[in-house]
Amino acid sequence: MKNPVIPRTVLEARNLSIHYGDSAAVSGVSLKIPEREVLAIIGPSGCGKSTLLRSFNRMNDFIDSCRFEGELLFEGVNIYGPNIDPVELRQRIGMVFQRPNPFPKSIRANITWAPRMAGYLGDYDELVERTLREAALWDESKDKLDKSALSLSGGQQQRLCIARSLAMSPEVLLMDEPCSALDPIATGKIEELIRGLREQYTVVIVTHNLQQAGRISDRTAFMYQGDLIEIDQTDRLFTQPAKKKTEDYITGRFG
Amino acid sequence: MRSLRESCIRHGLLTSASISILTSFGILFILIKESLPFFEDVSPWEFLTGTNWAPLMVPRDYGVIPLVVGTLLVTGVAALIVIPVGSLAAMYLSEYASSRARRILKPTLEVLAGIPTVVYGYFAITVVTPALRAVIPGVEVFNALSAGIVVAVMIIPTVASLSDDAMRSVPNALREAAFGLGATQKEVTVGVVYPGAISGVMAAYVLAIGRALGETMIVTMAAGSTPLLTLNPLDSVQTMTGYIVQVSLGDTPAGTPGYMSIFAVGLLLFVITLSLNLFRIWIQRRYVRYDT
Repeated sequence: MKNPVIPRTVLEARNLSIHYGDSAAVSGVSLKIPEREVLAIIGPSGCGKSTLLRSFNRMNDFIDSCRFEGELLFEGVNIYGPNIDPVELRQRIGMVFQRPNPFPKSIRANITWAPRMAGYLGDYDELVERTLREAALWDESKDKLDKSALSLSGGQQQRLCIARSLAMSPEVLLMDEPCSALDPIATGKIEELIRGLREQYTVVIVTHNLQQAGRISDRTAFMYQGDLIEIDQTDRLFTQPAKKKTEDYITGRFG
Repeated sequence: MRSLRESCIRHGLLTSASISILTSFGILFILIKESLPFFEDVSPWEFLTGTNWAPLMVPRDYGVIPLVVGTLLVTGVAALIVIPVGSLAAMYLSEYASSRARRILKPTLEVLAGIPTVVYGYFAITVVTPALRAVIPGVEVFNALSAGIVVAVMIIPTVASLSDDAMRSVPNALREAAFGLGATQKEVTVGVVYPGAISGVMAAYVLAIGRALGETMIVTMAAGSTPLLTLNPLDSVQTMTGYIVQVSLGDTPAGTPGYMSIFAVGLLLFVITLSLNLFRIWIQRRYVRYDT
């Protein structure tokens, strides 16, 4: 019998609390996210799941009133510690947002813009093709790479935004309800894409949609009013939740 | 009774709105009517292509090019200053300044826009010109450079404030996208926000250049009244507006070609600024707009 491989931890929160002014958005959350896991974070609106997600690549830095306690480790290093450059951090932890937000530039330029800024030395045509393929958008866009990204449909724009993030070769991809502005067909394509990303990337996805969490994630975390109530294998959390709160939420008793 | 009152209000408002439009047409009509006799004496071709402007001397010469070049020289100097300075100021206000700094700076900047131009004219001849003459050899007492610099100072608030508005209307989602990719503040500002706001920013540039073209008091006081054909900003020049002032205030008898020439020059200036404004409207329609 071989020993089971214990996956390396990529992200770890230790007793993490986040406040906006006087109100706590996240209180005392601890969790570990291993390499190449798809972790879904679910919970009712305002439970702190987006705030938690955005703390992983310091996107909360732009909110003046946001205060932070505890530790958040990326590859074992506290990302809120001294000598951490948030710019470099965000190159390694990419983010896809709720609404598709492509730049008003060509499809190609959307993908090459950030690598160019970061001084990418490889072949740009190859980069564009590879990332568009990874984001399952190549066939639809290969003939119009120089057209404006805004000419794409909403679902295509969101896949372009994913391709754009992948172009920075991030280790982790954070997704903040990436399908909430999309129709079911576009949502299906993105879900399929996320399942494929697991091969190479660690994905943390915030979602409102419980079925979506069930379909795409390895583990699911349930948050309620800033607390992490439960985190477990997705099938177990949905079939035999350990906590009453979780059971009430997934059976639709509140939400 | 109520419908009558509503109808009066409606027509009253319409009249107010019409006043400025009718005035514009009135001005255009007067300019054309008054310059017609001039163009009976002087062919439009001679007027537009001649390179010597001497309408008040004998032999008379009505080549408007020196005045146009004088105007463009002052405007060019102003544009070279105002475009970088105004844009950088807008980038600071929109992307870098804390909300507190912005609350103080933006109204201050807008107050600058309310200073009477005659004050700027004094500023040009008492501060800027002496300073230039102390530093650069060969600067004349009246020169295009000094006028251009002070015109730029006058229009910086316009460019900064309008460009700031345009940049702030760029959706935050685009900034987040760029920061999320690991871009720096500078890369986000220059690579995403500025190009995203380009239609509004260009409109601000064009509006400011239009104001520079039509600026009168500063150039009359600081640029001089010698209609020399020169591209050297250290020389004294005369602008189209400066010439109109000179004749309007002087003792050129009404009805003479010298007097009537101011309407021809005014008409030309009107056509130039009108085309500039049409260009601005075209730019604003051409680029992306954000409706969110």
